[in-house]
Amino acid sequence: MKRSILLSALISGLGLTTPTLAQSPIKIGMITTLSGPGGYLGQDVRDGFKLAIENGKLGGVPVELLVEDDGLKPGQGKQIAEKFMKTDGIKIFTGIIFSNVLGAAVPDIVDNGALYLSANAAPSAFAGKECHGNYFVISWQNDSLHESAGQNATNLGYKKAFILAPNYPAGKDALTGFKRYFKGSIVGEIYTRLDQTDFAAELAQVRAAAPDVVFQFHPGGLGIAFLRQYQQAGLLGKIPMVVAAPSLDAVTLAAVGDAADGLSVTSHWNSDFDNPANRKFMTAWSKAYNRSATYYASQGYDTALAIAAALTATGGKADPKSLGAALRNADFQSVRGKFRFGPNQHPVQDWYSLKVEKGADGKLTLNTKGTVLKDHGDAYATQCKM
Amino acid sequence: MTLVVEQLLNGVQLGVMLFLLAAGLTLVFGVMGIINLAHGSLYMIGAYAAAIVAERSGSTALALVAGLGAAAAFGVLVEIAVLRRLYARDHLDQVLATFALILFVNQATAMLFGRQPIFVAVPSLLQGSIEPIPGLTYPVFRIAVIVVGIVVAIGLYVLINKTRIGMLVRAGATHRQMVRALGVDVRLLFTAVFGLGALLAGFAGVMAGPILAVQVGMGEQILILTFVVMVIGGVGSVRGALLGALMVGIVDTLMRAFMPGLLRGLMAGADADALAAGLSSMGIYLLMAIVLLVRPRGLFPAHA
Repeated sequence: MKRSILLSALISGLGLTTPTLAQSPIKIGMITTLSGPGGYLGQDVRDGFKLAIENGKLGGVPVELLVEDDGLKPGQGKQIAEKFMKTDGIKIFTGIIFSNVLGAAVPDIVDNGALYLSANAAPSAFAGKECHGNYFVISWQNDSLHESAGQNATNLGYKKAFILAPNYPAGKDALTGFKRYFKGSIVGEIYTRLDQTDFAAELAQVRAAAPDVVFQFHPGGLGIAFLRQYQQAGLLGKIPMVVAAPSLDAVTLAAVGDAADGLSVTSHWNSDFDNPANRKFMTAWSKAYNRSATYYASQGYDTALAIAAALTATGGKADPKSLGAALRNADFQSVRGKFRFGPNQHPVQDWYSLKVEKGADGKLTLNTKGTVLKDHGDAYATQCKM
Repeated sequence: MTLVVEQLLNGVQLGVMLFLLAAGLTLVFGVMGIINLAHGSLYMIGAYAAAIVAERSGSTALALVAGLGAAAAFGVLVEIAVLRRLYARDHLDQVLATFALILFVNQATAMLFGRQPIFVAVPSLLQGSIEPIPGLTYPVFRIAVIVVGIVVAIGLYVLINKTRIGMLVRAGATHRQMVRALGVDVRLLFTAVFGLGALLAGFAGVMAGPILAVQVGMGEQILILTFVVMVIGGVGSVRGALLGALMVGIVDTLMRAFMPGLLRGLMAGADADALAAGLSSMGIYLLMAIVLLVRPRGLFPAHA
């Protein structure tokens, strides 16, 4: 399922005169999840990234984006990385959606001197002691997503929480992150399975524990199943729910119907953000694709912007050393507003509270309500010695 | 106590869904000797067809017909176009061909309907929840799933044990050569069995729509469990599939529900949770190993 996209070969063939055009395009390897239930996540990261490439160029430098599907299989992700490095000689990587795939592929990439820029997953394992000069995260550190949800639950005055997440690295980061900022007590904690489709057993326990609030982390299709079954079990409206962005994006919102009404969400980006970069992104997205923009799309777009800014700064030099140095300045206008890197090259950014509300047309939308955390980095940055 | 009853109901409901899938799979393997990895695709086709028709027409009955019809029609098509050429080949060729079908169907679905999961409303008749015993509220839709599963199980029992077609199916599963020698049109029988299997898978897909996420790849999520059920029940036996499905559904649900609590009595909270999550995801495979240890060919092997 190779989908390599040649974006720039034509330009050099047109015989334009600028000297940089004679050079072959810089290859960027995107390993992402395009098949299976997580498929739309990777699709949005890919399409967001492509949106920022103007006429085959990032920062005025011709680039070629090679995309391959990891199928949410860590082994496959690792193989693609090896192939990209050995056969295609790629030095810039991005795109992995799931933390378990990232955990398998990224050590190889950075140890071989290539750069990795995460447009989504950022497990705690690579944020602290194991941080690496070639590893950048544009999205967020996993925990911080859920720290914002924990802070939100605290702000909303909840005392007893029941928390659930799948049993994989990002699920563990989620519960750790939530507990770090939630000041109340935890009355129940369940690890579900990443391939689980039926949550009836867990929901029965939630009801029996009678908490003030439920926090859950279930990305993509898992979240749809969870929310719908939560509603069908009669819990919606009885026990409020706080979640972070991955458990309720624009796509899941459309797929759950009324089951998301009134949910409290936290995110670093929302489609209604009013800044020039985001307005440009949203206009371009609606023009190019006939679907809602998710925060995955915004992260793919931001990653491309970061690479573009770094390529401009180096004047087209793409060796990992100079490009990495330029990337560290994060000199680009993120669609989320303020953005800078912390000492472990993970973002320091603001987190916002969103609410699912019925619009005038009866459709549910995610509306930004306020700020939950300001200039928030992550808990592992201090352990990182670069 | 009500919690235990509720969890048992949940287990039975999961078991019923698995039974609908496993019954078709086990019949196809038992009668035709085909390992059909694309069984999950039929389930997905049923779910998609029902979801789309329900959205366009707003009618539950039409959606049900569309889901069953699409899955059965696609099943018959696949049998005629692909599987017929593979009966004489060994299992590896069949696995390869049906695996290729998964890729085809998934990609085609993604191209036609996109990768975004689609929304399926619960039929208005089956919305809300009821209180079957005091203190226990249970969604009507899930009760409907259980009832439908029981009806289908009885229907299959009658079909297989009391009718002429059923007799041929049973004979085909145990004495394939003899059936052929007696002049039965085995090709037609195979098409019918495969169509029936596809129909049941499509039915499971239709019922899964309002509970789960209808999306590309949903079939593969449940396929592995279905194979576990088939192996526990004994390949080729519908009775085995029913018992196996209920066992898997109940064991899986109860382990998920009560393992953490049990372990927390023995060790610290975080360790107990981690161990319980691990153990409960192993639960059904442990069950399979134990069953196979005692009865190496499953509970009710058809070729005994």
